[in-house]
Amino acid sequence: MFACLHGSGNLTALAFEFSPVVERSAPDTVTLDASGLDRLFGLPQDVAAAIARRAAETGVKANLALASNPDVAICAARGFTGIGIVPYGDEAKFLGDLPLELLGPSPELLETLERWGIRRFRELAALPPLGIAERLGPEGLRLRELARGEAERKLTPLEEPARFEDAIELEYPVDLLEPLAFLLARLLNGLCTRLATRALATDELRLRLQLEGRAAHERKLRLPVPSLDSKAFLKLLQLDLAAHRPGAPVVHVWMGMNPVKPRFAQSGLFIPAAPEPVKLELTLARIKAIVGEDRVGSPELLDTHRPDAFRILNRGQTGRSPLNQGGQDQGQTDLSTRRKKHALGQIRLSLALRVFRPPRAARVAVTSGRPGFVAANGIRGKVLDLAGPWRTSGDWWTSDPWSRDEWDIALSDGAVYRLYCEPRGWFVEGSYD
Amino acid sequence: MSNAAGLKKQFESVLGGEALEWQARPAPEMVPSGVPEVDRATGGLPRGCLTEIFGAASSGRTSLLVAILAEATAREEVCALVDAEDAFDPASAAAAGVRFDRLLWVRCGHRAEWALKAADLLIQGGGFGLVAMDLGDTPVEMARRISLTSWFRLRRAVEHTPTVLLTVARRSNAKTCASLMLECAREGVEWGGPGRPLSRARLPSCSALLRGMRVQVARRKPGRAAAATFYCTGRE
Repeated sequence: MFACLHGSGNLTALAFEFSPVVERSAPDTVTLDASGLDRLFGLPQDVAAAIARRAAETGVKANLALASNPDVAICAARGFTGIGIVPYGDEAKFLGDLPLELLGPSPELLETLERWGIRRFRELAALPPLGIAERLGPEGLRLRELARGEAERKLTPLEEPARFEDAIELEYPVDLLEPLAFLLARLLNGLCTRLATRALATDELRLRLQLEGRAAHERKLRLPVPSLDSKAFLKLLQLDLAAHRPGAPVVHVWMGMNPVKPRFAQSGLFIPAAPEPVKLELTLARIKAIVGEDRVGSPELLDTHRPDAFRILNRGQTGRSPLNQGGQDQGQTDLSTRRKKHALGQIRLSLALRVFRPPRAARVAVTSGRPGFVAANGIRGKVLDLAGPWRTSGDWWTSDPWSRDEWDIALSDGAVYRLYCEPRGWFVEGSYD
Repeated sequence: MSNAAGLKKQFESVLGGEALEWQARPAPEMVPSGVPEVDRATGGLPRGCLTEIFGAASSGRTSLLVAILAEATAREEVCALVDAEDAFDPASAAAAGVRFDRLLWVRCGHRAEWALKAADLLIQGGGFGLVAMDLGDTPVEMARRISLTSWFRLRRAVEHTPTVLLTVARRSNAKTCASLMLECAREGVEWGGPGRPLSRARLPSCSALLRGMRVQVARRKPGRAAAATFYCTGRE
């Protein structure tokens, strides 16, 4: 069964409320596949009444026709005002009085039919098909089929706007995260299923919790790669909500997902294993819950000579994507170059510094302008060897300039340290190890 | 007759005299450490096992760790550094050739128990080529408080995975849980000006340099002790 709406207003939205298969037949005409609606509403009259009621509620002014094929429904909706239900098998009889202009023939064909005195559906339907084929060609035959209500075709469905959102109105406020997790799981499963049916995934989750007292608590989770793992999403949301708790009981939950195409990566025998992106995201979320949000990521040196200048990049942050899968060729080149240098003895290992964060304030006895004895938290000894000073400064053109004299010192406690002197005093920056 | 052989005889007699075939544990895959001298002495680092690097302050432990990280990231493996004392210096690591786009740095803010939890989570997460836990500045008493059960748990977690689990500390803590134990000791520090070594008797002038450090790495486990020496360059 097909239904056609012909008129003004948001016909498409109304049609999508009743069926996922909707065709925009003309700017003022929308046809929908109404099969199955009888199970919801009952007889065709009841289906028509339900659509008409909803049209009145949404302010749509349109003729409505129900028929066994889409073209009959379109002709009936265009030809009759109000609600029309075309009985199965009586299509030709029902449409018989309608003018031929409704079929949209070409002006030449319409003129020819006018000359023959054929103006109504019934008159065209009564003509023999062989004669029409000889005189009017395929278009004439198609018009005859339409006039008889015998044209069979499939609808050309409109794409439903891809909005993946869902909400739950709670009967009573929820103030614990555990019961909330059940609701989140329900929403996540539904949305993930909807995405999966369209072969899509998501790279962003949006959660809006309406709290008691009209306040809203919004969270947004961005994923480094598109995924559909609802269990991982739930765990991520739980960890995020545990870190950022809503301030009041929740009365309404809304969730939205950003639909994107899933990313497929071809694995290879010789590509080193890397953590699964979603699993890694989950692991990082768990670690962040322990050590803190800004303490996990890939380091990046800043473009400055200021000592200990770096920043931590989170996954997915702009600039570059840490721990990504790319750069395989570069890695192979790096490794082969490294191996060659090793073989030639050209790779020199660097002496690493262990940094004290924050630097340890030190009391330094200066002899002949050089440190002679150093005492700081956990460090105490006579200077046995030293190199320096290395005088560095920078950012003098900004409001935060820095300058220091660095010394490398070997103390009698057995370790080698980096010591520096700046206007605030002496500090031990770290130990060479 | 050794204990193992005696036990075997006993089992065989209990099971009706059938000869038992001991299932040999497959040898772990070894990966280069990035220091050829150490690889020659130890055969590399075993995957799926716990390797312990220990030594006093300024014994070259961190330089060895950074060299291992540089080699692993050059192999395109994803590495994680769990830094209990927040002591990692990105500038030194960059100079050693560590690729930061393959490195995850977890700063635990002077909390050894957080480091253990983070390392456990990373190993359970899987996919890492190397997970290094740096307890190098953690006080010896605190590191000793980590129970053997925790080390055993880590060892079990990393077993049958392609991950190299590495710890750096002042003393050996993992004991029997470690498959490879490397002890670092400083052989000497080289000071000198540009092209002019200075004697210790005379304080270096302003042009003096910390030219480098000679480090001796001794294998304490498994097998007979073996040692290697490598040199790390300092300021240039």
